[in-house]
Amino acid sequence: MNQKEWNNQFEPHEIETISSSGMDLSEKERSGSFLQKDNQVQFYRSLSEGIEIMSTEEALKKLPEVREYYGKNFSLLNRDFPKDTEGGYFVRVKKGKTVELPIQACLFLKAQGFKQKVHNIIIIEEGARVYLITGCSASKAANEGFHLGISEFFIQKGAYLNFTMIHSWKEDVSVKPMGIALVEEGASFISNYVCLRPVREIVMYPTAVLSGDNARASFNSLILSYPGSLQDIGSRVILRGKNTQAEIIARAVSLGGKVISRGHLKAEAKDIKAHLECRGLILSETGTIHAIPEMESDFRDVDMSHEAAIGKINREEIEYLCSRGFTKNEAQSIIVRGFMDVNVLALPELLKKDIEALEEKTLKASF
Amino acid sequence: MDSMLEVRNLSVEIGAKEILKDISLVINKGEIAVLFGPNGSGKSTLLKMIMGLSGYNKTGGEIILKGRKIDGLSTDERVKLGLGIMYQHPPKIRGVKLNQIVSFLSKNQKEIEDLSERLSLKEHLNRDINLGFSGGEMKRSELLQIILQDPDLLLLDEPESGVDLENISIMGDVLNNYLKKENKSALIITHTGYILDYIKAKRGCVMINGKLWCVGSPKEMFESIRKSGYEKCKECHEPERME
Ligand SMILES: Nc1ncnc2c1ncn2[C@@H]1O[C@H](COP(=O)(O)OP(=O)(O)OP(=O)(O)O)[C@@H](O)[C@H]1O
Ligand SMILES: [Mg+2]
Repeated sequence: MNQKEWNNQFEPHEIETISSSGMDLSEKERSGSFLQKDNQVQFYRSLSEGIEIMSTEEALKKLPEVREYYGKNFSLLNRDFPKDTEGGYFVRVKKGKTVELPIQACLFLKAQGFKQKVHNIIIIEEGARVYLITGCSASKAANEGFHLGISEFFIQKGAYLNFTMIHSWKEDVSVKPMGIALVEEGASFISNYVCLRPVREIVMYPTAVLSGDNARASFNSLILSYPGSLQDIGSRVILRGKNTQAEIIARAVSLGGKVISRGHLKAEAKDIKAHLECRGLILSETGTIHAIPEMESDFRDVDMSHEAAIGKINREEIEYLCSRGFTKNEAQSIIVRGFMDVNVLALPELLKKDIEALEEKTLKASF
Repeated sequence: MDSMLEVRNLSVEIGAKEILKDISLVINKGEIAVLFGPNGSGKSTLLKMIMGLSGYNKTGGEIILKGRKIDGLSTDERVKLGLGIMYQHPPKIRGVKLNQIVSFLSKNQKEIEDLSERLSLKEHLNRDINLGFSGGEMKRSELLQIILQDPDLLLLDEPESGVDLENISIMGDVLNNYLKKENKSALIITHTGYILDYIKAKRGCVMINGKLWCVGSPKEMFESIRKSGYEKCKECHEPERME
């Protein structure tokens, strides 16, 4: 879509919201795009050879071999999933392909009370490397909206997927992402999750299954929680292959809402290494952060650890900055910004700048 | 001579425990005073009170900086009046880079570069402040910050403890150069006395159990403490006002 088409289809504030979920409308620094509004796929395009992008329905129709992937990760974990989805994206990156610029996908809620349900299938073939950013956002008009997002990731032998999801919802929207990644031998799955705008409720517990030896997964998240919201957000890694590695890092700041930060590491093989870390800052009397870290192992030869720390801003840290001349408010805002450091996420440089700017804008409004 | 700092009959409690007992002390403009005293005697507490840090309950007395009563002022307001402190135990702050603070303290990029080079802190500028810094690195980073801040009264809480001899000499020179400037004053806490070799401190005093005792030449006092311990100070001098 060009600028004119954007302006025809979306209100300026909607374009702003879509951009705030990480979409580069100019596509200058992207190697592919997908956009769905409510249940309608608006457009998609691949800007690079070796990348296929289309709607999941189309892929299931046109590409017979894709059918076996539909629901595969759910049956792997004996889990059920809703079948009444409409749309969602299919992304496949060809064997050995290295994609420098991120592929972007946007799922946008526009109609009042609409229930958007999508099913995404992402296949990264052997040895391919790719960044994928998915922005989910809602228009001002999407009152009482609902979003269900199913994502199945297949990261094949030696492949690398760096997946960034940015949520940019509103006070009365409820959201339920369901993601499962199957990570094969020597492959890596990096998941970055950012949610800095208000939302009514998010419940998600994405899972990565490290099925092959030497596979690795890392889940990193930055969450800002507003009064009246519930964010029940976790990450789970099942370490099935030998010598696999997992890391879960969560940072949550509550401005008054409730955050449940879950993490689950399950060792099903020897010689694995896994770490879970959750840090929470509560900046308001009404805020709640509940960290629930879990670790399981049937083996002795594993290296698993977890760290959790929750509290208000340390007074001594504020005073330290004040004794250099910062006012109390300045000190507080510096510390919160430091706490929400985007370096916690494993982002490519290109996205880091975007997300840093986005965070700066959000925090400026809140402090 | 104009006074930089006057502490008048200061008494302080933490909880119900009396930590500082009727402390009085004057530091003139351009003067350097040294504070000795055993662990837990209240030295850091005095510095933190001057800086306006919280957690202490003042039960009496007042603090005057450049003729102005500062008891009611916040820490950053005191900084604007020319106070600066080097912490004995600075906190670590995750995600906040030393560089962020340093570039707030000075707009002179060249000065920042030269001084951080001199104090071997160039690589530390991009690190989270004090996170994983060694003991000596923390002290050097404290010195870097206070010099760039350019205060008139420097409160130095054990600036050299934990610092290797080579770095003490560098830090001593940096401090001495700074304090040579007109009307710069300092109150320095030291256990090792090393810093005395680099700066021209005229007066020393000893804090024991929340009280200030004898006043004299810092070097002589340090020698006497080294030979005979702190108790001797109590014997040889009546508690005296350092005025
Ligand atoms: N927050 C606090 N709660 C309880 N006691 C405290 C607190 N802060 C300081 N104190 C006590 O006050 C006394 C004076 O402490 P201060 O740090 O001033 O000692 P100091 O002379 O600087 O000692 P050192 O040479 O070991 O640094 C000590 O007994 C210390 O335990
Ligand atoms: Mg002390």
